[in-house]
Amino acid sequence: MARKEKQRAYAFHRMSAGEVVVRYLLLAVVLVITVLPFVWQLSTSLKGIDENIYTATPRFIPEHPTFANYTKVAEAVPVVDYAMNSIIVAILVVGGNIVGATMAGYALAKLRFRGSRLVMGALLATLILPGEATIIAQYVTVRSLGLTDTLLGVALPGMIGMINVLLMRAAFTAIPDELEMAAKVDGANAWQRLIHVNLPGVRGMLSVISIFAFIGAWDDFLWPLIVLTDPENLTLTVGLQYLSGTFTNNPRLIAAGTMISFVPIVIVFAVLQRYFFRGVEEGAIKG
Amino acid sequence: MTDTVKMSSRVREHKWFTPWLLVAPATLWLCVFNLYPALNTVYMAFTNKKPLGGGEFVGLANFARMLDDDQLLYALTNSVLYMLVCVPLLTMLPLLLAVLVEKKLPGLTFFRVAFYTPVVASAVVVALIWNWMLDDRGAINAILQALKVVQEPLPFLTDRWLLLFSAISLTVWKGLGYYMIIYLSALGNVGRELHEAAAVDGAGPVRRFWSITVPGVRGTMLLITILITVSSLRVFSELYVMTGGTGGPGGRVSSVVMLIQMYSTGFTGHLGYASALSLLLFVLTLVPMVLLARLNRKDG
Repeated sequence: MARKEKQRAYAFHRMSAGEVVVRYLLLAVVLVITVLPFVWQLSTSLKGIDENIYTATPRFIPEHPTFANYTKVAEAVPVVDYAMNSIIVAILVVGGNIVGATMAGYALAKLRFRGSRLVMGALLATLILPGEATIIAQYVTVRSLGLTDTLLGVALPGMIGMINVLLMRAAFTAIPDELEMAAKVDGANAWQRLIHVNLPGVRGMLSVISIFAFIGAWDDFLWPLIVLTDPENLTLTVGLQYLSGTFTNNPRLIAAGTMISFVPIVIVFAVLQRYFFRGVEEGAIKG
Repeated sequence: MTDTVKMSSRVREHKWFTPWLLVAPATLWLCVFNLYPALNTVYMAFTNKKPLGGGEFVGLANFARMLDDDQLLYALTNSVLYMLVCVPLLTMLPLLLAVLVEKKLPGLTFFRVAFYTPVVASAVVVALIWNWMLDDRGAINAILQALKVVQEPLPFLTDRWLLLFSAISLTVWKGLGYYMIIYLSALGNVGRELHEAAAVDGAGPVRRFWSITVPGVRGTMLLITILITVSSLRVFSELYVMTGGTGGPGGRVSSVVMLIQMYSTGFTGHLGYASALSLLLFVLTLVPMVLLARLNRKDG
């Protein structure tokens, strides 16, 4: 009995049974508020054309669940192509950030060289620039590179995010210098030290910036909206907006479209959430 | 320092160009996609550059045009309303949420992930979901009518003010999880001992929240206030999607960023004016950031 008591106290940090119940009740309320709209949309997307979706009391379980809306959306707009385009952009952005931010972050944290302060200053200065404020000039640049209406044009500016360079630098700085010293004495050059000595120590941060880069690229709307115009070659978010303009009178199809965009990112996040929350606890997000 | 100097004379640290090779890609991106566009924005703001052609120097004409741009006035009004609602709600509610998910309870990971879902979903997806729920024949109006709260459906998506407040409530809903996470990492630094000591002294949960938790995360709270103020000025996707890209009735439910986007392409395109609006946006977002820097310095 006493042992059981002790275990409970340990597990719940001496919460009373009443407090535990209240906490779970509150958690349930917030859960309903945050998740119900998604469930409602999923439910709408699975309802057949014969089922009334405008009932006075919302029905969450479709009478005859069907994927017909999904196939219909895929026939009407190249939604699979849009999804592929979003994946290509996201992969380019994630890859670019992993390589570019790691290299620069390491050099700025561990190597002394002329001009490093200048680069750091410029990096910090970019933080006060809201992305939307330079988007027009960004567009002019991408246009002069001949990249309007291409996926590369969508991905390119975000392929090395300045905030990611700073985050990687912070992660490398946290690794004790003794490791670097020892590797230097052993004759390892900078590249070897980066890959074999320092990289294992920044995996947490690397996963956080990868997750953020992926979500950011997948969800981005304003930039692809400006760069892409050809309806054949959109990313999912812009394609969805286009889709909703085409099917204003059929909420089932729009619901199916939104789910095609929503489900993959939720799965990616649910699978990787452990690394994300661990990174958060290690202080990856401090504004 | 002397140690490291000795060190580097004994072992060669790296070739002189290695650091530059490592920072080269990032520096290239820094210059081409950050610094150059920033300078170019300032330059273009003083020209009449169009998507095709134009580009002559026009002095302050673009800024003069702002003064009698009704749409800009609406956009700025909307931003102020956004701030007035979002700042108090999004500084307090996420903190309460963070306190709720901070303690270790079975199944908590599930709740954390679920609360973060609206953040992970794209604003376009979320706005389309809300469009459907707030539709004349959507779930919210159906429930309100079934409960006899209203006779006619409320025009959430067609009335200027209702539409704006629908968009604002979406932004608040979507922001809860985001700021919750920031608070969560700050709460880790608020001592548990303090809470326990206060509890022993008979302070209830409400008292402990105001006297221990809130002062403990004051710095983060200030930061979040600024972040929300800045993001109220940067609103785009929610308003764009909820108004179907039109800016609502009479274009009155738009934001500065929506105007920038509007002037970026097509026949209405005017890159010079869009750049001037970008400059305005930058200056407006600078105000809260300068305030933050000053307040932080005062705190020492």
